[in-house]
Amino acid sequence: MKRRKGTSDSLLTKAGGELDDRFKLAGPTRVLMNKVFPDHWSFLLGEIALFSFILLLLTGTFLALFFEPSMVEVTYNGAYVPLQGVEMSQAYASSLDISFEVRGGLIMRQMHHWATLLFMASILVHMLRIFFTGAFRAPRETNWMIGILLFWVGFFEGFFGYSLPDDGLSGTGLRIMEGMTQSVPFIGPWASAALFRGQFPGTDVISMIYIIHVFIFPLILLALITVHVGLVFAQKHTQWPGPGRTEHNVVGYRMFPNYVMKQVGFMLFIWGVVAAMGGLFQINPIWLFGPYEVSVVSSASQPDFYVMYLDGLIRLFPAWELRIPPYFTLPAVFWPAIAGMGLSVVLPLIYPALERRFTKDRGHHNLLQRPRDNPARTGLGVMVVVFWTIGTISGGNDVFAETFDISLNAMTWAGRIGIVVLPIIAYYLTYRICLGLQQHDREVLAHGLETGILMRDPDGRFYEVHQPLAEPDEHGHTELEYNGWVVPKKMNRVGALEPTEKGFFKPIEEPSQNGGAERRDEIESGRKH
Amino acid sequence: MAASAKRRRGWRKRLGALARFTGALVIVGGLYSVFSPSLYAQEPDANAIDSEAVKGQELYDTSCISCHGDDGEGIEGRGPSLIGVGSAAVEFQVNTGRMPMAAQGAQAPETYPSFTEEEAEWLGAYIEYLGGGPSMPDDLEALVEHADVGEGGELYRVNCSSCHGYAGGGGALSSGAHAPSLEGVSDEELYQAMLTGPQNMPVFADNELTPEQKADIIAYVQYLVNDDKDPGGVFALGRYGPSTEGLAIFLVGMTALLLTTLWIAGKS
Repeated sequence: MKRRKGTSDSLLTKAGGELDDRFKLAGPTRVLMNKVFPDHWSFLLGEIALFSFILLLLTGTFLALFFEPSMVEVTYNGAYVPLQGVEMSQAYASSLDISFEVRGGLIMRQMHHWATLLFMASILVHMLRIFFTGAFRAPRETNWMIGILLFWVGFFEGFFGYSLPDDGLSGTGLRIMEGMTQSVPFIGPWASAALFRGQFPGTDVISMIYIIHVFIFPLILLALITVHVGLVFAQKHTQWPGPGRTEHNVVGYRMFPNYVMKQVGFMLFIWGVVAAMGGLFQINPIWLFGPYEVSVVSSASQPDFYVMYLDGLIRLFPAWELRIPPYFTLPAVFWPAIAGMGLSVVLPLIYPALERRFTKDRGHHNLLQRPRDNPARTGLGVMVVVFWTIGTISGGNDVFAETFDISLNAMTWAGRIGIVVLPIIAYYLTYRICLGLQQHDREVLAHGLETGILMRDPDGRFYEVHQPLAEPDEHGHTELEYNGWVVPKKMNRVGALEPTEKGFFKPIEEPSQNGGAERRDEIESGRKH
Repeated sequence: MAASAKRRRGWRKRLGALARFTGALVIVGGLYSVFSPSLYAQEPDANAIDSEAVKGQELYDTSCISCHGDDGEGIEGRGPSLIGVGSAAVEFQVNTGRMPMAAQGAQAPETYPSFTEEEAEWLGAYIEYLGGGPSMPDDLEALVEHADVGEGGELYRVNCSSCHGYAGGGGALSSGAHAPSLEGVSDEELYQAMLTGPQNMPVFADNELTPEQKADIIAYVQYLVNDDKDPGGVFALGRYGPSTEGLAIFLVGMTALLLTTLWIAGKS
């Protein structure tokens, strides 16, 4: 490429030119730098998962340097006094060493665990945003399914990580997984024997899940995340409807410099929050749990929060055991654990197809829907949220009962009844609230804003003055179409107050106090309704 | 003749067998009574009641009798018999304020004690007088001083953690009962609780956990609740494990980051 005359000949330009001569970077970089992203807080939730995943890789690599994935019995002689002289597996001993003797080991362990919880929590919140706004609709069904898979791979990746230190709590978790595996008809016992190479807990399971945890599943996660983000790039981000926004454009900021700066800042902020939590909040104090022994099960043994709803379902489900003589037994745990988990995988995966089938909506959608504009979907979503929340609380119902001094039996029965009844009530209420919000939007579009000014007719009748949003017809009505975006509900939004500069908590400039009188005249000209 | 002599010899033989049998019985019975403790050695004896038990009886007759009945015999549906529970149980229940019980419920809650420690001892002496039962060792302090914390930890995890939890924070039991937190419980109370099994707690008699093993557990529990400084951070989240950690990630982590998203998206 021949350098044109008149361009600035700075060192940077020169270096860029040299690079482009060799690697042909200018074209793709320009496309990338000019790519436009819409700007809305709810579009930043997936990034929390992405950046905590990067932090997980970094902290996990540090931990892998010091962790011994071995179940060989050793006698602990480390720094934690109450465990000195206790027989334990090498995995647990090295986890204790990471916590007490490796410099920075404890905060790294805690950051790794907090980042895991943040990863899973942000996936859930991100998934809710995608669901409630209909962002999973065509052409983005594939990316929704990849997202669901990411959650489930993350689910097992997290569970395996929780199992690795071989402490009392993690062993209890593995024991429950063994029970769940064995409850699968026909193949269960064989699968369990294959997993533990014979009887639980065996001597191999830690080294096996170690390889899964540090190599296989991170690789799958990395591949899925790459495809996930790549598809967002290729299909372009969805956006809210609004002025100038159509199904065929993207309104927002360019990748460079605006979006990149925001993303880098956000990434550092996320890492800062995880580091602060790792330093301030004690998580998974494995030294209290002791080495895993099959005979030891502590009260308040819970899995991490993203597994807890399954634990809750197991706690709530009645002991309905199916026996078909002479040999076949289907234990009760099969229904909540295996069937419940299976449904939690399959239903979200096929939801976009189901919705297409029932709404017969085959179009492509790049504009998002407000949750109120699709009451059935929003109702279903809230139903799932309520179901999940009751399941999760029931997973910790002993802690809940103990903390709030409630009978554990009452908690169990409240959960059993609640998990059936409350989602239905939640669906109905959500549906009605959505319709109410829709109606209010239409009402404002047709009749104008409530001004809060009450007038009294000479005959004694009171009425509120409304400010129409357009020139009204002879009945005081305006024919304005709802376009799927926020309808102004306050006079401030339509210029009753002078425009102010937006601040984070309150306006940077207070609105001026003079000139109110003129505006009041203007409002009085509004038709009475 | 020969037949009668034979008969006489038979009689003699039988008499001899009877004598030998009686002798053996006497020897065995004598040995038994010498070496085995009498079941009724502590049978109440009106002459043996001492001044402490008398004072205890006075307190008993005003504060305990309505539920536990005359002479600690118990009242069906109100309170169990106290015969044979021993002074350790009485001192534990009274000194922790569990007895006298404020109201019938799933479990006597721990409150402020209604009696002084001296009065509790009197009550204990009275119940001891009624029917004996386990009492405290004299050298508990020395036992705890020479206890093995590591051994105590293993015993704690096997015997105690299933109700009181890994961290000694307590836990829920069925029908509104609960295993209380072990924080701030004295060595004596821990020992008394293990020895007598108050409320829903099982009894760990000396043939299940020796006094030395109980002392090991006490040493571990005291380490757990007093000396373990929660090295992981300023906030231990109640040491409840994943349930409060899950709450924290949403209330602290997600909330902070959602505010950040609002801030970042708002600054354009």
